[in-house]
Amino acid sequence: MQIRFDLRSLKETRAHEYVARFLFGGLCTGVAWIIAKKFGPAIGGLFLAFPAIFPAAVSMIQDHERRSKAEIGYDGTSRGREAAALDAFGASIGCAGLLAFALWTWRFATRFTSSYVLLTSLSLWILVSAAGYLIRSHWPRGKRTQTL
Amino acid sequence: MTQFLIRFVIGGLVVSGFAICGEVLRPKSFAGLFGAAPSVALASLGLTFKHNGAQYVAIEARSMMLGAVAFLVYAYLVGQVLKRGQAKALTVSILAMPVWFALSFSGLWLLTRFA
Repeated sequence: MQIRFDLRSLKETRAHEYVARFLFGGLCTGVAWIIAKKFGPAIGGLFLAFPAIFPAAVSMIQDHERRSKAEIGYDGTSRGREAAALDAFGASIGCAGLLAFALWTWRFATRFTSSYVLLTSLSLWILVSAAGYLIRSHWPRGKRTQTL
Repeated sequence: MTQFLIRFVIGGLVVSGFAICGEVLRPKSFAGLFGAAPSVALASLGLTFKHNGAQYVAIEARSMMLGAVAFLVYAYLVGQVLKRGQAKALTVSILAMPVWFALSFSGLWLLTRFA
């Protein structure tokens, strides 16, 4: 399925949802730092991959899909759930990219400059995640559900 | 306190940016990739490099690998439950959170014990 942009979905997001994301993201980053400071980098590092905003994100997706179906007179409950499930499967593929990001940073943090390490790690995250997505979308069992 | 505030603002901005990317992209399964974007890591590690050094960053990144594996299992589990069940996404994703904690902390315990 072709990857595309749909800017209309930005209008569906309510102001409080943008604020909630900012606060959750900020809080999670701050708390990860406090944990690392208090318990050391080994424990603190775990929280760099903590799914802090994941529950809010899948919930928002479910609500958006349900609302858009309700606006045209349908019950969007199952469609909302399906969209949330697809988002969760997508996130699990993105985690392979996250793993590659962490692996690269671990191996090269002490060898190169910080900006080089972070930029290459981010590039690797994009590459591995996109490759994972392409593999999954050409996988016969995956094709059936990718309609949203 | 200043450090916390700086990280709070940068983290909020980076997380929001990745979330917006995920929101405008279709199909949903592709947009979902952004649900596991390294947003908190990017916001944190730049400052950690500056204040704590590269060795500290390497230790954090090694643990982050365990967190990422735990996240992968957790997200897949949430997807499977949503696909097959009737529960709300928020309920499922919160109730499944102990899976992330159990996997990441047991992974760290194994790493420190045997590595």
